[in-house]
Amino acid sequence: MRVDKRTRFDNYVVGSANRLAVAAAHAVSDAPGAVYNPLFIYSSSGLGKTHLTHAIGNQAMARHPDMAIEYVPLEDFVEQLHAAIATGEMDRFKQRYGRVDVLLIDDMQFLTGRRETQSELLRLLNSLQGSKRQIVMTSDRPPAEIADVDERLIQKLSGGLIVDIGVPDYETRVAILRAKCEEKNVTFEPGVIEELARVEFTNIRELQGALNRLVSAQVTDGTLTPAQVNALVGAPEPAPPGSPTAARQDEFFSFLTDIASAVAAGIEPWKVRVGEAVAFWNGEGFRTRPLERLMQEQKAPENWEALVRGFAQAVEQLKELEQQVSAVDPTLGGTELFRDPERLSEAAAFVERALAGAVPPAGPQAAFARATFEESPSNQMAVRAADAVITEPGHRYNPLFLAGPSGVGKTHLLNAIGNELARRGGASYRVACVGAQLFIDELIAALQDGTIERFRARYRAADALLLDDVQFVGGKERTQDELFHVFNHFHAAGKQLVFASDVPPKQIEGLEERLRSRFEGGLVAELNAPDRTLREKLFTRFLAVANVPVTPELLSYLAERSAASVRELIGTVHRLMAAAEQAGAPLTLPIAKLTLEPANGAATSPPSSVRQAADTFFLDDEKIIWEWPDASGRLVEELR
Amino acid sequence: MSLVNYATREITCKIVYYGPGRSGKTTNLHYIYGQVPEDRKGKMVSLATQTDRTLFFDFLPLDLGSISGFTTKFQLYTVPGQVYYQATRRLVLQGADGVVFVADSQARQLEENIESFQDLHANLAEQGVDPRTMPIVVQYNKQDLPKELILPVAELSDAINFRGSPEFSADALHGPGVFETLRGISEQVLRRLSAAGASPGTAAGAGTK
Repeated sequence: MRVDKRTRFDNYVVGSANRLAVAAAHAVSDAPGAVYNPLFIYSSSGLGKTHLTHAIGNQAMARHPDMAIEYVPLEDFVEQLHAAIATGEMDRFKQRYGRVDVLLIDDMQFLTGRRETQSELLRLLNSLQGSKRQIVMTSDRPPAEIADVDERLIQKLSGGLIVDIGVPDYETRVAILRAKCEEKNVTFEPGVIEELARVEFTNIRELQGALNRLVSAQVTDGTLTPAQVNALVGAPEPAPPGSPTAARQDEFFSFLTDIASAVAAGIEPWKVRVGEAVAFWNGEGFRTRPLERLMQEQKAPENWEALVRGFAQAVEQLKELEQQVSAVDPTLGGTELFRDPERLSEAAAFVERALAGAVPPAGPQAAFARATFEESPSNQMAVRAADAVITEPGHRYNPLFLAGPSGVGKTHLLNAIGNELARRGGASYRVACVGAQLFIDELIAALQDGTIERFRARYRAADALLLDDVQFVGGKERTQDELFHVFNHFHAAGKQLVFASDVPPKQIEGLEERLRSRFEGGLVAELNAPDRTLREKLFTRFLAVANVPVTPELLSYLAERSAASVRELIGTVHRLMAAAEQAGAPLTLPIAKLTLEPANGAATSPPSSVRQAADTFFLDDEKIIWEWPDASGRLVEELR
Repeated sequence: MSLVNYATREITCKIVYYGPGRSGKTTNLHYIYGQVPEDRKGKMVSLATQTDRTLFFDFLPLDLGSISGFTTKFQLYTVPGQVYYQATRRLVLQGADGVVFVADSQARQLEENIESFQDLHANLAEQGVDPRTMPIVVQYNKQDLPKELILPVAELSDAINFRGSPEFSADALHGPGVFETLRGISEQVLRRLSAAGASPGTAAGAGTK
């Protein structure tokens, strides 16, 4: 908006009420940016702020024709700013105001609540002031009283000179009226102007309005006399003496002051602090009953600070628990349980249950009892280590790594350890005893379903982890990664780890170094092919279980025959029994020789008793294929 | 009603103007209403009859702004003075933090004053509030009337204020004494912040808890 040429200093009447403001305005327009920057002029409506602002603009323009001078009511400024934002032309907006030399902003009181305008204005004022450009602002109230304005902006507005314009006194009113008459080229009877000036108008616009009425009255009714003035302008009733608005409000404000001191005396600081905590945690959505109870105490309990801190800690724990459980299953979080610190232990138990999952990892197979595992020099080290682990899980050999060729009893020993640990640990002691392949499959399934946290939690909830056929993890990076973390968790928690593999850790192909070194960090115990002692023990037991009477010669013959694995021994027993059945005679050395010597090695078809016999020896379904045609030769096979 | 809510940082103070009919309770509120700057007062609710007698009650909420960080709000109520509005009086009295008893200084109203003051005590007791724990101030209104019509404060005090509550003489129509009375009751009520009265379950709070 342009500066209005009609409003200048020469038609602005100066009186005692505005002298200071006018002096400041002159100084500013003579040397913009040099003094009083920013100049802030305030007064109630209709006392000449806008006139003075335009006057500054006009005078500055006259003195400095090269200067860019901009007058803008705040409302327009806001509108331009919004338009600029809407059209994405903020840069042009900033450029436009950035090159103004004298910026005159009217009606600053409309800043209230306009955060965006405030921040843009603050930025603009900073930049203008920084380059010594003049800012003049007007408002109907001083900066500090403009409600809801950024503190920094208020400081900026108050940083130069703040002047107010008061209500003009009688003499000034007369001068204003005379100036107006001159402007309008009208004349009144002597005394008319003075009579009008006696009326206490609170602003000049009203005064001007009254003058206009006189002018029009004079045009229609002829020359006015001073006596007619009051009737014509309807002079406002004189204000009741002694009770101008300000004085009236004093009564309320003095009451307010007294109340303030009474409140200040009554407020208890510790309750304020507890109240803050309540408000804060309530705002965060947490129940705050313990703190509310605390606030009902008559006196500050000695430990109130500790109680507040403890509450905050409980809330943090709740948040953590909720985070944990939400990672497993987002639907479990967000419940009331996680909003009430008084139910922390309940929440913790809930999370533990949820994390453990409904299905714990598989346990050891009951068929592999420690009692049925025969010890001999070939497996002595492993068996002793196993016994040590059983007596002191997690302490002696952690991890225990059982290595040995297929069929020497690793699985049996591993499960036997598991069974013993479970038996000794009691009902709450959870032993996870699984094959590595199952571990891998579960991991893959968990990755697929996005339930990896639950997978981890299931295993981590166990008290001991026994992993069979761990050689299968070789080359499987993700599995090794998980296993690595599971391992660390167990090891750090002092929980027992037992692994079984067909080769020692060193020889597992594709096993990462970090796992290998960990596997080797406990005890690597080897199980070898059964020696003669073991073979004899085993044959004795197997045949006894099958109810086959055996002579010492036969036993000695059988035990002498070398075997690579226990499985081979079992196979031998089955073949012998089948042969005996076929011959329809009890098992004797000749039959045994006939069956086992290579010349007679032709396989026979499996008799029906195989199933029964196998059943007696092995209760493990997984390890037996029932309907194999020549089961006597290859009865026992690992499925995996 | 708990006076101070440390959690929401609010102080809410309910003050009930009690007294016989036509003693000037509503006038008190009107005067206060007139003095309060626009932004501090809520809408004054007045349920009056055609003849401008308070039918139900007046309610003037005052927002005193933030004091010591507490949003402080006063709720000023008047009860209908006429004898037959007993139930309303009890209702309004519920949960009051303080009572201003507005007495009519006119000599011919003395009996009504005494009766109403006793009625106040009865109603408080009815609500399980011990009148001795309830902050009460007494205002002798209409002291601007010609001397021959009214009783002097000392005489009124002897007749009505048997408990020796703080007392104020007032001219509610023109203002003198109105804010003094409000200040008197407010300070009494607020003094109870630090005393035991602030917590719920005590006599003052029993009404609404």
